[in-house]
Amino acid sequence: MAVAAVKDYDFPPADTMDKFHGAQLLYIGWEDHLLFCAPFAFPFPPSMRFGDIVGGVLPGAFGYHPDFAQIDWAKAEWFKSGKPFAPDFDKSLADNGLAHKDVIRFRTPGLTGIEGSCS
Amino acid sequence: MDMQVARKKLGLKERYAVMTRGLDWTPSYQKMEDIYPYMSYEGIKIHDWDKWEDPFRLTMDAYWKYQAEKERKLYAIIDAFNQNNGHLNVTDARYINTVKLFISGISPLEYVAHRGFSHVGRAFPGAGPRVACLMQSLDEIRHAQTQVHSISNYNKYYNGMHDFHHAHDRVWFLSVPKSFFDDAITAGPFEFMVAIGFSFEYVLTNLLFVPFVSGAAYNGDMGTMTFGFSAQSDEARHMTLGLEVIKFILEQDPANVPIVQRWIDKWTWRGYRVLTLVAMMMDYMLPKRTMSWKEAWEVYFEENGGALFKDLARYGITMPKCAEQIALEKDHLSHQAWSTFYNYAAAANFHTWTPDEDEMAWLSSKYPNSFDKYYRPRMTYWREQAAKGNRFYNKTLPMLCQTCQIPMIFTEPGDPTKICYREVDYRGEKYHFCSDHCKKIFEDEPEKYVQAWLPVHQIYQGNCFPEGTDPTVEGFDPLAAVLKYYNLESGRDNLDFDISEDKKNFAEWRGQATRNI
Amino acid sequence: MSTVFIALQTNEETRQIVEAITQDNPQAVVHEQPAMVKIDAQGKLTIRRETIEALIGRDYDLQELQVNLITISGNLDQTDDEMVLYWNA
Repeated sequence: MAVAAVKDYDFPPADTMDKFHGAQLLYIGWEDHLLFCAPFAFPFPPSMRFGDIVGGVLPGAFGYHPDFAQIDWAKAEWFKSGKPFAPDFDKSLADNGLAHKDVIRFRTPGLTGIEGSCS
Repeated sequence: MDMQVARKKLGLKERYAVMTRGLDWTPSYQKMEDIYPYMSYEGIKIHDWDKWEDPFRLTMDAYWKYQAEKERKLYAIIDAFNQNNGHLNVTDARYINTVKLFISGISPLEYVAHRGFSHVGRAFPGAGPRVACLMQSLDEIRHAQTQVHSISNYNKYYNGMHDFHHAHDRVWFLSVPKSFFDDAITAGPFEFMVAIGFSFEYVLTNLLFVPFVSGAAYNGDMGTMTFGFSAQSDEARHMTLGLEVIKFILEQDPANVPIVQRWIDKWTWRGYRVLTLVAMMMDYMLPKRTMSWKEAWEVYFEENGGALFKDLARYGITMPKCAEQIALEKDHLSHQAWSTFYNYAAAANFHTWTPDEDEMAWLSSKYPNSFDKYYRPRMTYWREQAAKGNRFYNKTLPMLCQTCQIPMIFTEPGDPTKICYREVDYRGEKYHFCSDHCKKIFEDEPEKYVQAWLPVHQIYQGNCFPEGTDPTVEGFDPLAAVLKYYNLESGRDNLDFDISEDKKNFAEWRGQATRNI
Repeated sequence: MSTVFIALQTNEETRQIVEAITQDNPQAVVHEQPAMVKIDAQGKLTIRRETIEALIGRDYDLQELQVNLITISGNLDQTDDEMVLYWNA
């Protein structure tokens, strides 16, 4: 036990997957677009198709940015925990190896925010 | 009959010693470790409690006399402020949002500090710290009450403050200050003293109070200024308590040094992260700015803190490791923070807005290395969009740091274009952090932080809707339900300043105050 | 040498206290800010009861200073006659 305590101090974590009504948490950030102050947190069913996230969810989350409409998804680079990642748009989150509380980012080469400021 | 007794009068130190020391007895019915059960588990060794020195040497008669004088002065000014509609003298109604931030974010901490000092005062076997903690506990509840009294005047006329305590327990950004104090009061008594008495009250206090109170002075807010000064006069005693705590613990046993160093590192960082709110307040929310966050940090931490740690070097204590990263963040903190509240204006209990041209010129001049390059473009874009009726309201919930609970808005030290991502796998679960420092705090005591009540996760668990809400019904609007849970009225307490009732009312009332209508 | 300082509210009571401090600490620098006066000194600052009493024309208890004190920097040593702020390094 790392924490100093007067007796045994061992309690369950607050955010285990079973608490999210069938969903898992996935964090998604768009590199170089800090107009959105932080990456987003989403609850998705593990069976959700990756392509449905990109096509159905990301527009609502990121669409405000003038760069969004110009994204060529074929050229987007993906990262999982900072390491290169190649999602299969037709597979589910689970089949893409994305577990509860994983973090992914996408980078859209050539699109670097408002006036190139990475905003 | 003449009774002439010539005796030498006792000096302050001797008087104080006679009034406060040697008045208790060594227990004989119960063991010391049973009466004071929290004294050894943190690993701190104390050999001689009598070595504790009280710089201010206040006995109760002096305490009540001076505190009563402060209260009389304070309430006279609050009454005058109320009677005179003092709220109409502020520079402009945007300023009032700093007061909303204060009552919902800081005042509840004053109350918890009162409870914390009350608890640790009971926990220490030494008379010296007991007396000091007793007085500080009384001071803190006085602060909580004076703040509620002063700010209640604003609550009569402006929105967002009506249920500040309820908000503190629930609203997404208020978990940041709340969790800071939760962490402190669940720590042992020695850590609490180093965390609050030293790191917060000594190292960082000037970065909370001086900005808010000078801000109030510059912006015509006599109400806040008056409680600020009243509290500050107690703070000097709190600061000396904090410094004495550190010196006392370090002098008692060399084994204490590494434990205290770890606490200083942890709490300076945690306190600094909470001060993110102050940075943006200074640079973006004060219509008339006093100094920049960067300048305040340079005076009150780099210079002042520098002198302090030089003094403590003889014990083997070093400047907290995080000071380096904080220096790098100086140019960015307030801009990144304001961007966050601009993003999430729909979910906050105060308004936000974009800075105008004059204000951006000030920001450019204070931040020549960063504002124009990284932040002016987005502020300008937001401003232009708002003018077109397309004001940005981010409706998607952000990723949060597990330790400081702030959204992951902070960038890599040295590269302000890249979000800083750090993660840890612990017992089969993944945890995320905004920085190496928050990550280390977790790694040192994971058993605490895995239990964090993170607002975004709690919303997704369905725990942030009013009782009886059915999230499965057609057309369910989770954000609307969350606002109800927060007891905030959408369209009134939140959104942009320009469309707010506050702005409209202030203009109308000020107009009335200057004309014969 | 490190800077010590004392900051006081600006009001009628503190006007002469500031004067007393500058008399006893000729090297000290006084900064006037809205509603506040900050007095910086190198290494050490001494506030003397007698000097204050001479200026205000009545007996003075140094503990009265607390009512108008905003903040301090440095270690503090207080007796009936003097309040000293100092750094050891």
